[in-house]
Amino acid sequence: MAVGAASAQVWFAPPQPGRLQRIVRVARRNPLGAAAFVILLLMTLMSVFAPIVTGGVDPYAISTSGRLQPPGPGHILGTDDLGRDVFTRIVYGGRISLWVGFISVGISQGIGATLGIVGAYKGGWADFAIQRVVDALFAFPTIILALAIVAVIGRGLIPVTVAVGIVSTPRVARIARAATMSVIAQPYLEATTCMGATSVRVILRHILPNIMAPLLVIGTAGFGGAILAEASLSFLGLGTPPPQPSWGTMLSGNAQLYARSAPYLAIFPGIAISLGVFGFNLLGDALRDIFDPRLRGS
Amino acid sequence: MKYFASRVASLVPTVLLASAGIFLLMRVLPGDVAKMMLIGPEGTGTPRPEDIAALRAQLGLDRPLAIQYLDWLLGIVRLDVGNSLVTRQPVFTELFRALPVTLELGLMATLTSLVISIPLGVVAAVKRGTWMDYAARIFSLAGLSVPTFWVGMLMILVLVQFFHWTAPLGYAELLDDPVKNMQQLIWPIMALGYAQAGLVSRLVRSSLLEVLREDYVRTARSKGLKESDVIVRHALRNSMLPVITVIGLGLANIVGGTVIVETVFSLPGVGRLMVDSINKRDYPVVQTATFIFALVFALANLSVDLLYAVLDPRLRLR
Repeated sequence: MAVGAASAQVWFAPPQPGRLQRIVRVARRNPLGAAAFVILLLMTLMSVFAPIVTGGVDPYAISTSGRLQPPGPGHILGTDDLGRDVFTRIVYGGRISLWVGFISVGISQGIGATLGIVGAYKGGWADFAIQRVVDALFAFPTIILALAIVAVIGRGLIPVTVAVGIVSTPRVARIARAATMSVIAQPYLEATTCMGATSVRVILRHILPNIMAPLLVIGTAGFGGAILAEASLSFLGLGTPPPQPSWGTMLSGNAQLYARSAPYLAIFPGIAISLGVFGFNLLGDALRDIFDPRLRGS
Repeated sequence: MKYFASRVASLVPTVLLASAGIFLLMRVLPGDVAKMMLIGPEGTGTPRPEDIAALRAQLGLDRPLAIQYLDWLLGIVRLDVGNSLVTRQPVFTELFRALPVTLELGLMATLTSLVISIPLGVVAAVKRGTWMDYAARIFSLAGLSVPTFWVGMLMILVLVQFFHWTAPLGYAELLDDPVKNMQQLIWPIMALGYAQAGLVSRLVRSSLLEVLREDYVRTARSKGLKESDVIVRHALRNSMLPVITVIGLGLANIVGGTVIVETVFSLPGVGRLMVDSINKRDYPVVQTATFIFALVFALANLSVDLLYAVLDPRLRLR
């Protein structure tokens, strides 16, 4: 009888969906998230395979005879005032944006999560001291603090990346602390501690995996924020220096000078920044929906 | 009253910590400010050690750090922190000249953002799941994603290219010439307000959706109230509390955004002064301008917190 029931179950069980079907189902449930994923995948692939995508065109190659050519068959997005191909520079600029995003999010997540977890787990003076440092960092508007840091450590790609990473740290620390607090309140953590697990083991094996969801959500949104911050600092002339093809640098200086005669110089890099940031913001929203179903659609 | 007093008192340690942070950042990290100033922004100068020592003494950098910090802090209280290294004018004279522009820009942009975001958020929540909701959500997310400086650049481009419009030259203060002042500030205000509207309208939507599920909203509907009355008088009013918090958080974007917008539109505010001073390595101005930004931000946050307590009596009783 039991065997019969089991075979009936097998007989009537719906076929397990394949991997592709599952992806389609998730995408249908969250179309904006799927759109974001496609945008970011394209952006990443174009940046990684930049030499192939641009047909081997050098982003630094100057051509005095080909200055300020409008978009056309030879240069699909035109050329700048030094005759450099705008499309090629935008594709290579994606590498800079992704690099700044990865490293700065790495810095903010590494330092922020450590501070947040240790503060919440240890409590007492450690928590008090960490919170005051976080408060002090929170006292500054992000871009102002980034400007102050760049003013001190100098301009350039690495200083900007570090500055963006530092200014994003307090937000991560606060979220990591709040998430850790809720994990600490769970009985299983008490049980683990009673069984003699060391602090390091408790943090790495029990707290960290359980706070990954909020960290992932804030990391994704932070990635978009990092691209925006790098672009803003570069636009102000304090970020990635020319001739590196950063999107913000492409919009500063000569793009404004030639805005009337060559408006495409001011348009395409801006679209690239907006699409990148938009993609990460949408993905952050989608991840938040997936990890916290109560907020779905809100 | 106790809540108000404790909240105002909590401003003191925050501001002190922020001031110490700026001071240490400017003194400790760069190594030798005097040397960097003599080397110059292009890194071409080759200063002699005695020149560096003389400049250090002139700037008071040879004294102990704690003394330098207290001296600067007292200078802020007395509104005298010395002169700019570039213009040789008192730092506070320069800051006070620039501050009204930034304050006006920030306040008007906040107001503009509310005028855009509240109706947008309400429409998105009430018409949830329709094309209007999607359009409103994409519009507000774009506000968060599109760089403010690019919005400003596009505004200038469109105005110049299609309407042959340029802002009047020479900044006019609001009280001296309100028409000219608005002609100069309207577009920067719109650019900055749109970015903030994106943040606020998302929260208006989610907060209103939450409230619309409450029993008292169902009761209001079952009493036969008009839908617009239910939304405006019952739901929206109660959904405003978290929105006020996000307005407070968004002030950081507004304050930071003024730096960008002032640069794009060539407005003589504190943000542009700060960027110019960084380019010219005018550290006294950078240091004090950063502090002023932090102070304005802290005061704005305090006002939001106090407003929150006025609107929500539960907070005052805690």
